[in-house]
Amino acid sequence: MSDTQGLTSRQKKELKAEEEKTIAGKFYVPDTDVFESDAAITMVMEMPGVSKEDIDISLEQRRLSVQGRISFDRYRQIKPAYTEYNIGHFSRHFMLSSDIDTDRIQAGMADGVLSLTLPKAAPAELRKIRID
Amino acid sequence: MVGLFTSSLDSVLSLQKALSDAMAADWFGSGLSSRGAFPPINVFEADGDYVITAELPGVPRSAIEVDIQRNRVRISGAKQANYDDAVSLHRRERRSGAFDRTFSIPFEIDAEQAKAEYRDGILTLSLPRAERDKPRPISIS
Repeated sequence: MSDTQGLTSRQKKELKAEEEKTIAGKFYVPDTDVFESDAAITMVMEMPGVSKEDIDISLEQRRLSVQGRISFDRYRQIKPAYTEYNIGHFSRHFMLSSDIDTDRIQAGMADGVLSLTLPKAAPAELRKIRID
Repeated sequence: MVGLFTSSLDSVLSLQKALSDAMAADWFGSGLSSRGAFPPINVFEADGDYVITAELPGVPRSAIEVDIQRNRVRISGAKQANYDDAVSLHRRERRSGAFDRTFSIPFEIDAEQAKAEYRDGILTLSLPRAERDKPRPISIS
């Protein structure tokens, strides 16, 4: 899987939220790669500007929510002169296709990219019932 | 009673408005630096100097190169997003490949004083104007 799609900068997609947010600022959809192996589902999400303290991940049943907040502090003293990308928080929800072993979820953050490994739960064992 | 209900969050919204406005302006003109080139950059002004930010998520610090020459800035490197062959891919939105972008800014940069910082996927370049390039007031006799 070494094919490259080529680098172009794209306009960020603004999140169409299902619910309204209570914090100010726009939300964008992080570019995400999702892949699955026999043992786990892995997600790699690009959230430039988000430090690892500012990420919220929650899993409820099979609904996974990831939210990353950026800090606007560094932009307070400076004035935009020319811009190509917008700045905002990130948020995205996924419905997972299989049950996840929540105890073994691993998350890592490096260079503005969140990697989330969601190990699949062992399928419920088939129980044979003997009739006496 | 204007300003009665202003909060610190207003500056966030005003930044976004300023960004949207600047998005529509053509600061570089219709020159060589076209939009859509990677990485996307934002240019900010602070006390006559420029601060340039570029989004480079997933590019390690060691893979980024920044060169400054007079009034030209060049950002180059490579971004990788490869995975094990044994997995099945459900979604592939991240882009990868080599990038090389050069742009000119309206003044000469003091390359000695210029600073580059990389944190959380954002490259920040602080570009002070060279002393000899600064306008000098001439007294009128």
